[in-house]
Amino acid sequence: MKLHPVANLLVQRIALGLLLLLAVSVLIFAGTQLLPGDVAQAILGQSATPQALANLREQLGLNDPAHVRYFRWLGGVLQGDLGKALSNGQDIASAMGGRLWNTMFLAFWAAVISVPLAIMLGLIAVRYQGRWPDKVISAVTLSTISLPEFVVGYIAMFLLAVKYRVFTSVSMVYDGMSFGDRIHAIALPVLVLVLVVLAHMMRMTRAAILNVMQSAYVETAELKGLRPFTIIARHAFPNAIAPIVNVVMLNLAYLVVGVVVVEVVFVYPGMGQFLVDHVAKRDIPVVQACGLVFAAVYIGLNMLADVISILSNPRLRHPK
Amino acid sequence: MTGPLLSVQNLRIEATSYPPGEPPRNVVLVEGVSFDLQKGRVLGLIGESGAGKSTIGLSAMAYGRGGVRLTGGRIMLNGRDIRTASAAGLRTLRGHEVTYVAQSAAAAFNPAKKLMEQVVEASLSHRLMTRVEAETRAVDLFRQLGLPNPETIGSRYPHQVSGGQLQRVMTAMALCPKPDLVVFDEPTTALDVTTQIDVLAAIKRAIRETGVAALYITHDLAVVAQVADDIMVLRHGKTVEYGTTDQIINAPVQDYTRALVSVRSKDHPEKPATGTPVLTVDGVTARYPGLALDVLKNVTVSLEAGHTLAVVGESGSGKSTLARAITGLLPPLKGRMTFAGRQLSNGVAGRTKDDLRELQMIYQMADVAMNPRQTVATIIGRPLEFYFGLKGAARDKRVAELLDAIEMGKGFADRYPAELSGGQKQRVCIARALAAKPKLIICDEVTSALDPLVAEGILKLLLDLQAREGVAYLFITHDLATVRAIADSIAVMYRGQVVRYGPKTDVLEPPFDDYTDLLLSSVPEMRLGWLEETLAHRKMESAGN
Repeated sequence: MKLHPVANLLVQRIALGLLLLLAVSVLIFAGTQLLPGDVAQAILGQSATPQALANLREQLGLNDPAHVRYFRWLGGVLQGDLGKALSNGQDIASAMGGRLWNTMFLAFWAAVISVPLAIMLGLIAVRYQGRWPDKVISAVTLSTISLPEFVVGYIAMFLLAVKYRVFTSVSMVYDGMSFGDRIHAIALPVLVLVLVVLAHMMRMTRAAILNVMQSAYVETAELKGLRPFTIIARHAFPNAIAPIVNVVMLNLAYLVVGVVVVEVVFVYPGMGQFLVDHVAKRDIPVVQACGLVFAAVYIGLNMLADVISILSNPRLRHPK
Repeated sequence: MTGPLLSVQNLRIEATSYPPGEPPRNVVLVEGVSFDLQKGRVLGLIGESGAGKSTIGLSAMAYGRGGVRLTGGRIMLNGRDIRTASAAGLRTLRGHEVTYVAQSAAAAFNPAKKLMEQVVEASLSHRLMTRVEAETRAVDLFRQLGLPNPETIGSRYPHQVSGGQLQRVMTAMALCPKPDLVVFDEPTTALDVTTQIDVLAAIKRAIRETGVAALYITHDLAVVAQVADDIMVLRHGKTVEYGTTDQIINAPVQDYTRALVSVRSKDHPEKPATGTPVLTVDGVTARYPGLALDVLKNVTVSLEAGHTLAVVGESGSGKSTLARAITGLLPPLKGRMTFAGRQLSNGVAGRTKDDLRELQMIYQMADVAMNPRQTVATIIGRPLEFYFGLKGAARDKRVAELLDAIEMGKGFADRYPAELSGGQKQRVCIARALAAKPKLIICDEVTSALDPLVAEGILKLLLDLQAREGVAYLFITHDLATVRAIADSIAVMYRGQVVRYGPKTDVLEPPFDDYTDLLLSSVPEMRLGWLEETLAHRKMESAGN
């Protein structure tokens, strides 16, 4: 059977994404190999005897050539085995699982609030282009993106946790916590993340729609006597989806990959903290695993953006 | 109500212009225009581009494009002044009392929405009918306008139907909310001549059957003569002449109107054959990479030195592809070409500098064929440097000569393309082609984007240059009036094939093959009743439908 051209494109796009991920895994592996120092030495410390070091190297398979080790590592990854942490011998996959889930939870709520809000603000900015609502929206969102995240974080903490005591300043979460408590605990980091990603998405929505507003079909809609906001939302927005989705996905990726600072500020037990801790301990396998997960999230979201862009194009969905 | 449906009194329309390098200034687009339109009547607004006809048409909806402002006069629609109405008041009349049909339906439809959704939108948003009623009416209108599959065409997207069909759907969209007035803004200008006639007939029938009044805007007097009851001739935003269609066509009073009426009757006597071909194209077959379709099928034509071969056909017939094959931009799959007595390499990479120099090209869109950041002198001077190594004073002297040759003068040397009119831009492109001292210039629809009187001037210039320089033209066009005015021989193309080829007088003499007959009979003639007569005698449907 012949595939629909869109299905063809999607298969191509997904295959490309997987290939990219494979290439990234090579880079991550190669990068960690280039780092100075010897893993066995790092584990056993300066006082280890040469014999003990040799034994450990043998045991960890460090004497094998690099490509053999790479494929052994990749084989493990494909089976969900990310290896063991050097610092404490724990299984990385299970140690990271909880952390990843926490980060996803935070990113999810930040996204649920920021994406619709950014798009709505973008639509409103277009509706009142050049008038005060547009200027206020741009001024506020651009100010919050211009401040470093930790400054926004500490200001929010000072106002909402210290002064008015609405939320807690430390976002501790633990197993067995109720859903409501969990939401309450992450309120401040979510707020900071929303403020950080809002401007970029809002500005792109505004620019992409303004670009489309010059089209003849927008004039047609105006000459039908439609309300300005109806024209923007119904006629302009559907034709501006592709560029908007691309920026939305970049920001979603940032919510997962770039939250290190916010997690540290609010002492939130997510991937960012996990990564920072293990970098400090020079725990290469954990850093590798984190890098791979971040790369997968990044590539996956960008792939999703492409898929949505393809699906939002009626010429591709409905060929002649 | 007894008064006119639309009464425009002493209309004045202004806009702000931003000329390059100068402070913004106010320009008056329309001044002192007055007319009355009764229910069910059709008024044609005609003029060249810049005459203000679209601007006046849109003023019937109190709409100004871009920074256009309606600054004076009265526009009374159904007894109330809409020029001073509020934004909310305007929304109730737009899409309900007055609707609009744009020139390019392809751009005027939202590509992301199904046709039916867009056709019924105004009726629903003004709460004129329920969705079921509106869709039923839309299907009736589709049928009335002669669209194929009227029941299902609404579920298609704009890119899935042809240009001629889209223009009919747009007409249905305008008629769906049962308006009192429809503004048709050049509705058939972008269509092929063979498609235009059908769309024109469909629009005329729909106007008659629904009893709607219309403002019909076009630059083509022969077209408007078929549909309008009255005609207003406009120039530079002012009324030149206003009368019944019969009077304007058969007894024009003003010189300008007379020039418009006579512009189509130019004829150019055919030059005698000399027997020395500058270009031969022998059995050329070509297709675009990745497509399993021959866009040129076994094309054989030849062109004598100093002569003009006109290639005519509708869009998609392969005219421009033939030009691409000859220039080497699309190397043919089969066939061979000779140029100036030499074998011509199929691809552009295999050609000598002389091949490239002696074969020049001029395009339809003069403004995009020039670098907007270069002056006229740089644009014309570039081929002088490239082919002849001219520099400094020698180059400037030659540029001045070329500017004289195109009747513009060296005062234009330091201007930028944005500071030129459409006709002047095309002249600069001609000068650039001429600078290379070519033996053949391929002219691809070079007059199609120009107003009739300006186009006439360009054709005259091309003929003068041919007489002086002995250059041959391969003249691609869809316009048969242009062919009559310039060609020595004609090749009629249809679906990638040459269906008729020979000296002009032979090609244009009966007996015709079916396609040439269709093409020739579809060209609007400037007399009343032409449309009905022609449709009654047709043998073949146009491919565009």
